[in-house]
Amino acid sequence: MTIQILMPALSPTMTEGKLAKWLVKEGDKVSSGKILAEIETDKATMELEAVDEGTIGKLLVSEGAEAIPVNQPIAVLLEGDEKVSAIKTAPAAAASPMVAKTEPAAAVAAPIAASSAPEKEYSSFKTQTVREALRDAMAEEMRRDQNVFLMGEEVAEYQGAYKISQGLLDEFGAKRVIDTPITEHGFAGLSVGAAFGGLRPIVEFMTFNFAMQAIDHIINSAAKTLYMSGGQMGCPVVFRGPNGAAARVGAQHSQCYASWYAHIPGLKVLAPWSAADAKGLLKAAIRDPNPVIFLENEILYGQSFQVPDSDDFVLPIGKAKIEREGSHVTIVAFSIMVGKALQAAEALAKEGIEAEVINLRSIRPLDTETIIRSIQKTNRCVTVEEGWATSGIGCEIGARIMEQAFDDLDAPVLRVAGKDVPMPYAANLEAMALPQITDIISAAKAVCYR
Amino acid sequence: MAKQRGNTKPATSSVGSKTLVQFYRDMLLIRRFEERAGQLYGMGLIGGFCHLYIGQEAVVVGLQACAKPGDSVITSYRDHGHMLACGMDPKGVMAELTGRIGGYSRGKGGSMHMFSREKGFYGGHGIVGAQVPIGTGLAFAHKYKNDGGLSFSYFGDGAANQGQIYESFNMAGLWKLPAIYVIENNKYGMGTSVQRASASPDLHKRGEPFGLRTMTVDGMSVMAVYEAGREATEYVRAGHGPVLMEVNTYRYRGHSMSDPAKYRTKEELQKMREQFDPIDRLRALLVEMKAVDEEGFKAIDKEIKDIVTAAAEFSQTSPEPDPSELWTDVLVDAA
Repeated sequence: MTIQILMPALSPTMTEGKLAKWLVKEGDKVSSGKILAEIETDKATMELEAVDEGTIGKLLVSEGAEAIPVNQPIAVLLEGDEKVSAIKTAPAAAASPMVAKTEPAAAVAAPIAASSAPEKEYSSFKTQTVREALRDAMAEEMRRDQNVFLMGEEVAEYQGAYKISQGLLDEFGAKRVIDTPITEHGFAGLSVGAAFGGLRPIVEFMTFNFAMQAIDHIINSAAKTLYMSGGQMGCPVVFRGPNGAAARVGAQHSQCYASWYAHIPGLKVLAPWSAADAKGLLKAAIRDPNPVIFLENEILYGQSFQVPDSDDFVLPIGKAKIEREGSHVTIVAFSIMVGKALQAAEALAKEGIEAEVINLRSIRPLDTETIIRSIQKTNRCVTVEEGWATSGIGCEIGARIMEQAFDDLDAPVLRVAGKDVPMPYAANLEAMALPQITDIISAAKAVCYR
Repeated sequence: MAKQRGNTKPATSSVGSKTLVQFYRDMLLIRRFEERAGQLYGMGLIGGFCHLYIGQEAVVVGLQACAKPGDSVITSYRDHGHMLACGMDPKGVMAELTGRIGGYSRGKGGSMHMFSREKGFYGGHGIVGAQVPIGTGLAFAHKYKNDGGLSFSYFGDGAANQGQIYESFNMAGLWKLPAIYVIENNKYGMGTSVQRASASPDLHKRGEPFGLRTMTVDGMSVMAVYEAGREATEYVRAGHGPVLMEVNTYRYRGHSMSDPAKYRTKEELQKMREQFDPIDRLRALLVEMKAVDEEGFKAIDKEIKDIVTAAAEFSQTSPEPDPSELWTDVLVDAA
C-alpha cells in the first residue's frame, strides 16, 4: 500500500507552509531519516525527513508552492516493489492524529480583515501580516530615532524566534539589534538603566511567560521610579512579545498577563489585534516616554489585515476601536479575542442579534468612555478575554460599568474568560479551557435573555 | 588572587594634602549627616526604613573622587553617603528623609529612593541587587552613546548572592561595558555574616569567570580606595571592560534603625571603631603631615556642623507635599 507524505506542522501554530525545495525526485529510493524537502514556515526553514522506507512514487506539489495547508499530501511513497500505478488519484482525506480535530485556538480561522474598518483618515492601504507590521513599526522608529534599539533573545542573527525582527540586523547593525544571553531578569534591568541613561530600548521577550523572571524590574524599577524620583527618572522602554496561549504548549507557556500588568500604576499596557493595531500601537509605544507593556499574540502573527500605507501611522494610546457597530449587545474584547468576538457577532446577526464589538487596543489606560457610550446604546455587555476571569480585565470593565452606567444596564455584565485551571496540554482540554466563539454567542444571548 | 590594596602603610606621595583634606571634609560630612539623620529618626521626624552609612564613608568618598562629570552612580538603599559624595545638596537629601516637598523626590521617595539626574545619581534602590543590572544598563548607555562615561554600581556583600548580579557580570563582560562594580563588604547582610551566607567568602573572585578585572581594597583607608579607584577607572576608560572591586569595610550601626545588631560582639565593633575608623586614621595622618592644625580641624568641624544643622532645619521647615502631589509623576505626559 502506498504511503502519503503529508505537509507537516513544524511549529505549534503552523497552519500552512511553503515547499521551498525538494531534495528528492521521483524514483529515488529513500530510507527513514533521509531529508526529503525544505519546508518554509512562518518562522523558519525546516527540513522534512522521511519516516518510512520506500521509493518516491510521485511529488504532488511543485517546488516553490506556497500556502500548502498542514496535512495536505505532498508526495507518495511506494513500499517494496509497488509500481507508480498503485497510486490512487484521490488523496487521503483522513486527518492525521498530529492535529487536533477541535478548533485549534482560531489558528485556522478565516482572516477577518474584511470586517475590520480600516483607519479612516488614511486613503492608501496595503495587506500585511501582524508580523510584518510589527517589524515595520520597529524599523521605522529606529530610522527616526538613533536612540531606539532592540534587544532580546535571538532577535539579531536568528532574525527573531518568531521572525518579528527579520531584516533588522542587516539594516541597523549589531549595535542596535542585540542578541542577549538567556537572562531575562538581567537584560530587563539593563534596559531600565539604558532608558534612565537616555536611550529608548525595545525589549523582546521570547514570550511574556519568561518575563516572569524579569517582573521585578518591570514593576519595581521601570514603573515606579518616575514617581519615587519626584518626576526626574522617566523610563521610556517597550517590553514586547507574544502573550497568552499559543497552541498546545502547556501551562507554563500559555498565560495572559494583561491583568497582571494592568494592575500597575506607572505602566501602559497595550494589546493589539490587527496588523494596523500592531503597527500603529507599537510606534506609539516606542515614542511614548513611559514604560509600555506590549502584549502580542503568536497565533495572530501570520494573519493578514489592511494597514495604512504610511510610515507615520501612529495610533493613540488609550483609545478603543469599535470594530463592528451594533445595537443589541456590546462585546468588549482585546487581542486574539477580537477576532473571535467578530465571528460570534456574525453568527449572532443571523439570529437577529446585532452585537457591537469593541477592540480595546489599550488595557491601561482603559477607554472607559467608549465602553460606557456603547452600553448606553445596547444596555448589555459581554467581556471576552483569554486570561482567567478572577481579577481579570472583565472584572475591571464590569466594575466600571457598574460605577458609571448602572442604570443603563438591562442585564448583568457577563464575562467570557479562560477556565480557572492551568492550561492543559491535551487538545480537547485546551480547547475547553480557552474561550470559544460558541461561548461568546451563548453569553451574548444570555444577556439578551434569548 | 588580587592583592588587597592598603594593607600596608598607605602611600601618600600620589595624593596631595589638599585632596586629603577634601576627603576628610567629605567623610566628616557623611558621618555628621548620618548621625543627625539618626537623631531625627529617633525624634519621629524620619519614618520607615533608614539605613545609615556610618563607618563606610571612605568607600564612596575615595571612589567618587575618581569620577568625572558625566559618569553615572547607582547604589542600594544605604544611599545617603553616596548622594552627598556625588555633590547632592544635604538639604534636599535630609528633606527627603523627612518626607517634605523640598526633598530630592518631592517627598515621594524617602530614604531609599532618591535621584539626581544633574549629579548623575540614579538611586537609591530598595530591592537588594536590583541596582546592579540597572547600573549595567547605564554603562551600556555610555558605550552606546560613546560619551566616555562609566557607571559605578555599588552593592553589599548580601546582594552579592543575588543571581541578577551574575547576569549583569556576564553581559558586562561579554560586551565589555564601561562598568565598575563595587561590593561594599561590611561583613553582614542584615544580620547574617558573609561566612554564613556565601559558600566562597572571597567575593571579588566571583568576577573572574566573566572576565572582569577584580581587586580587593581596604575600605577603611580612603587613600587605598582612591588609588584603587584610579586604577579601576583608568582601566575601564581605556576600553578594557568592567572591573569588580571588593572593598572591605564596616558599618557601625545596625542594618537599619530598628536593628539591635546582636549578631556581632561589642568588642568587634569597638575594635573597628578604635583602630580602623577611616576618619580618625586620616585625621592622624593629616596631623602627622602637619597639613591641618588644631584650628584648621575646628574650622572644618564648624563648617560641617553648620551644613548639617541647616539641612536638619530645612528638613523640618520645608512643607509636606501638597495633596495634589499624590497624583503627579505617575506617568510622563506624552508630547
